[in-house]
Order: sequence, then C-alpha cells, then structure tokens
Amino acid sequence: MAATEQLVYERPHSLSETPNSYCPGCTHGVAHHLIAEVLDEMNLRERTIGVAPVGCSVFAYNYFNMDFAEAAHGRAPAMATGLKRLQPGRIVFTYQGDGDLASIGMGEIVHAAGRGELITVIFINNANYGMTGGQMAPTTLPGQKTTSSPYGRDVETAGYPIRMAELLATLEGAAYVVRRSLHDPKNIRLAKKALRTAFEAQVRGLGFSMVELLSTCPTNWGLTPLEALTWLEQNMLPAFPLGDYKVAPSLASARP
Amino acid sequence: MPRELLKGNEAMAEAAIRVGLEAYFGYPITPQTEILEWMSRRMPELGRVFVQAESELGAVNMVYGAACTGARVMSSSSSPGVSLMMEGLSYIAGTELPVVLIDIMRGGPGLGNIAPSQGDYNQMVHGGGHGDYHPIVLAPATVQEAVDLTVEAFDLAEKYRNLVFVVADGNVGQIMEPAELPAMREVKRATPEWALTGAEGRERRFLSSIYIDPVYEEVTNKRLQERWLEIQKNEVRFREYYLDDADLVVVGFGTAGRIALSAVRAARAEGIRAGLMRPVALSPYPYTAIDELATRASAFLVVEMNAGQMLEDVQRAVAGRVPVDFYGRMGGMVPFPDEILDEIRRVAREPRMQADPRVEWLKRLEKVLPH
Amino acid sequence: MAVRGRVVISEIFCKGCELCVSACPQQVLEIAADRLTTKGFHPARLKAEGCTGCAICALVCPEAAITVYREVLARPAPAAA
Repeated sequence: MAATEQLVYERPHSLSETPNSYCPGCTHGVAHHLIAEVLDEMNLRERTIGVAPVGCSVFAYNYFNMDFAEAAHGRAPAMATGLKRLQPGRIVFTYQGDGDLASIGMGEIVHAAGRGELITVIFINNANYGMTGGQMAPTTLPGQKTTSSPYGRDVETAGYPIRMAELLATLEGAAYVVRRSLHDPKNIRLAKKALRTAFEAQVRGLGFSMVELLSTCPTNWGLTPLEALTWLEQNMLPAFPLGDYKVAPSLASARP
Repeated sequence: MPRELLKGNEAMAEAAIRVGLEAYFGYPITPQTEILEWMSRRMPELGRVFVQAESELGAVNMVYGAACTGARVMSSSSSPGVSLMMEGLSYIAGTELPVVLIDIMRGGPGLGNIAPSQGDYNQMVHGGGHGDYHPIVLAPATVQEAVDLTVEAFDLAEKYRNLVFVVADGNVGQIMEPAELPAMREVKRATPEWALTGAEGRERRFLSSIYIDPVYEEVTNKRLQERWLEIQKNEVRFREYYLDDADLVVVGFGTAGRIALSAVRAARAEGIRAGLMRPVALSPYPYTAIDELATRASAFLVVEMNAGQMLEDVQRAVAGRVPVDFYGRMGGMVPFPDEILDEIRRVAREPRMQADPRVEWLKRLEKVLPH
Repeated sequence: MAVRGRVVISEIFCKGCELCVSACPQQVLEIAADRLTTKGFHPARLKAEGCTGCAICALVCPEAAITVYREVLARPAPAAA
C-alpha cells in the first residue's frame, strides 16, 4: 500500500503573517490561533470586524488578517455596538483582557450584554494587568502578589476577584456565556469548541456571547511558560470554575 | 418646505435625520434630552439605528465604532456629559473620523444646573480632550440657525474627516421658534476607502489612533495641523450688524449675541455708534475680521454667558490696540438687553485699557447679585 | 504500524517557549540549544523519529508556528461491482 502525506494543520488564514509580540509561552497566542481557525472554518474572515482593546493585545489588529478597529481602554463593547448596529450582516467581535473588560470597561460590557448586543466577546483572564507590568486586576486572587499588591491581595481592602462569566450570565440579553481554559490540550480543544459556539450564536442572531479564557502570564507571574500552566491549573481553576453559565436553549440544540 | 413652530432641540434632531443621519447614540441629560427622545421615536420609525447608551462614555464610543463604517452618525449631550465624552472625542480626532456632536450648554462647573450658559467655550473650542486637534465649532443663536448649522455640520465633518460640534446654550435648545426644516433626503451610505466593512475581496484595513512610533505620530499630527490650516482658510463664519461705521464693537455668540443685538439697536436709537460682531463659527475663530475692526473701532465689549472665555480670543485679535471690555453672566444666568445697554453706554462714555477687564467686571457684578 | 507524521516549525514565529516540547505525547520535540533564530530564540525542532502527526504541538503553540503532516495509507481502489 502506498503512503501519501496529508496536511493536518497549517497556520490559519485569518492570522496575518506578522509575528506577534506576546511573551514566549503566553497563551494569548493560543487564543488568537483558535479564533482564527474558527473564523476560517466558518468562512467568516471577510465579513468580520474585530475590536482591539488596550492591554497586551493592543496590537491585535496587526495579528489578524481582517478589518479591525482600536478602541479606547474598556470601550470595545461600545465600539462594537456601533459597528454591529450599522452593519448587522457583519460579524463583530471584541478581544479584551482583565483591566479592559472587568475594570475600566465594566459599564460597557455589562450593558452590551444587557442589551443583548449581537457581538462576540473573548475575555482573556490572566489574573493581572500584563501590559503595564503586572498590577492587580479585578481577577487577581486573594493573597496573590502583584506590583500593586506587594503584600498579596488583601480582601479586607481590595475585595475578592470578580467572576465575569457568572456575572454576565444573569442577564437576559446574554445567549452564550462560558468559561474555558488554555492550560492543556484537552482544555484548548474545549475552548475552540466554545469559540465556535459563540460565533454561531452571533451568526444565528441569538444574543450576546462571551467566552472567558483562563490564560497564563509567565512574565508577570515570574514563572516559566510551563510552570505558568501548572500555576493556572492549581490556582485559577478553583477560583474561576470552568463551565457553561448561560446557554440559550436554541443554541444547546443547534450544535454545529 | 413650510415654516413650523419648532423647539430647538427637536429641530436639530429632525434636521440631522432629514440629511441622512443613520445612527444616534446618546444619554439623557437636561437640557438636551428632547434630542434623545426625538431620535428614540423617529430613528426606529425610519429603520435607522438608535441606542440609549449606558452613559455618555458609552455613547461616544458607540459613535466611534459607528463612524468607522463611513455612515453619518452623531451624539448629543450637555456640559457634564460632554466632559465625559472628551476621551472618546480625542480618539475620534486621532482616528480622523467624521463625527457630529451637539452640546447644549448649561450652568457649571461640576453638576451646576440646567439653566443656559456658554461655559463650554474653552472646552469645545480650545480642546477638552488630550492632544493637538481642532474641531470645527458652530454656534447657532436661533432655531433656524441651529437647523442650518446642523445640516452643514455633516457636510463639513465628511469634507475634512473632522469633528464638528454644534454648540448652543440651553436657550437655543429649549425655545420654540418658526423655522424651516430641509426636505427629507434619501440615506446614501458613503463607503470611503477607509471604512471598516469587512475585508471582502480587498486588503484588510484598520482604524486606530495609535501611532506607536513617534516618527509616524508626528507625521499624523502634521497632517492634522495642515488640515486645520485649510479649515481656518475656508470655514470662518460670522454675522455683522451695524459695523460699517461702528465705533464700539460688541462681540457675542449664541444667545448672548442675540440679546446684545437688541441692546445695540437700542444704543443706536440713542445715538451711540454701536455694532455687533456675532461669530457663527467659534472654531475657526474670525480673528482676521476682528483684527480689521480693531483698526477703525475705539473699543470692544465682549458679552458672554460665562466668565470670559471668548474674551481671550478677542483680546488676542485686538492685540492691545484699543480697549477690550467685558460683561458676563455666569452659572445659568441670562443677561437682559438693558444690562448690556448699560454696559454699552458705560464703555462708549469712557473706554479704558485694562489688562484684565474681568477685575472691574466682577466689582460691577457685585451690585447685581443677591446679598 | 504507527502512523508517521512530520512537523515543520517556522523559525520566523517560534519563540522557544517549550510548550510543544512538553505537550508532545511521543516526546520527539526538543529545544535546539545549539541554534538561535534571527530574533534570538532557541527554536523547537524534531529530535527523533516517532512523530505521529497528532498536531497537539500545533494546538498548544502560541505562535501558530507549526505545520503538521501525516502519512495516510492509500487504500486500493474498490473492485468493480
């Protein structure tokens, strides 16, 4: 029997040819290629407009091969609202980090979800503010040391981390709100499925969709990329349980 | 089109709709909420976009996103809400998008009150957001002017890829006057070559105000400044009343200018050679026209509903050649014609060179305030 | 007989983060300590036979730097009915 070589995986077309500037081993890049694969598979690249945040992914528009807008810090869901309302036939997504979405942008994300805006939000949760050097975020864990909580997050003065998936799932406008993780192959595969379902929710006009992705930040956690995966598994999973927090009934029965 | 009795706010809103407004994003704030409410009824009626945002901050960012599509979009607010929008306006300026914003000014600073004022002059004309950018600022004094300037605002915004503000004190927003609206035009979505519409069959585009390399940020800034020079050459607008032989030039915009006209007419009836220069575009400012007037007038009297903001632009144009005096009411107080007539008489009697006319003005104001 | 696979790791993108090395079920990837990419990273590379083309390395790679191939055995054409 003859053997022929088949291509199993290649770099998705929805990624540009520009190398990204994320730290080595940072799972932002994993999230990027999963989104790109989903958009390739759904043939949405030419119809999609992304909105980049302020944070490590501020230059996301350089890494994706599609129309992109750059938002002010935290305002991506509002900008996405403007883009989608004017162009309902297009696919609009935002890509945001802890500060952008859960701190300065808290008002915008809650109301975009509340209004049921037909946008897809990808929320990268790595428990700190990466771009600015590792400060405490709304998602920083109790006792976690950051550059602005050098003694460890003190819940007495700084409160507890905010669980965004749970919070937004309470809103009727939300059609699909889930939390996944990028720390090992099995969870990365589940994350990709969730991203696919989220974009399906938008395509089918079912409502607001968000996939919260637990991610590593090796540089600011002071760990190697591999150590960071373990830290995520041991510390973040208990604090931010993975799961499906809101799934519109029509979505549950309409698996691709 | 027939003239109708229209409220300023509603007239501006409908005027925007008539010339193809595709999306309105706003938030309630007195004294401009009628604009939001009018839009909430008319825009869905016409199948166009209306969103009441979570705040003015949300609204300006929705405008930012919507403007990226090339459609005609706008927001409206009042002084405290406009302050909240300043971040977004700087971003819009840095991304060079056409956007129209209506500011119906109220008493301040801070929460202030809901009475009319002109306290946002500096914020709107000299920049409230960070960085070097110059919006075009139009200041109507009547409902008809508000309609006409709102219509022009969209054309100017698209012509220059610039911010255009229509800045009116609360009076102009609230009064009802006969005015003529333009005929309803078909919405024609322009698709400029920079618009984000999805990279179908073309290279991808991005719109951003980031230029991380200072070299390119400077190139961008130079482009913005050259655009501003062109705007200054082409878009100066003002109205002149009795200025051919005027000895005393009153300068005022919006409602202050309108009330001053009554005072100027009364002064003329008494034999005082007064005239009124009413800037209609506050930015670009009519420096050249005022400079010319300074060669033949004996004095200027600036009248504003603030503590002397446009005053400084007049002083700059006059450059110390003749006295520039000042009368202002603040905090939502609106001057009566006879207050301004008294001032005209005083300045005509004894014009005085003063480094800062506000010093004496505050003393005179003392007499008018309650004790 | 094990499926045979092959990966090509682009040195334009690879940052030597080692995520693929750790994830590879066949443990046939290594970081090249003796080479540097133009960006100054030690890139990953195949170190031995045994790649099955499972593409787990490509899945975990933050740079989408890996292209994966797998040999498939061609079946003989079905006999005429």
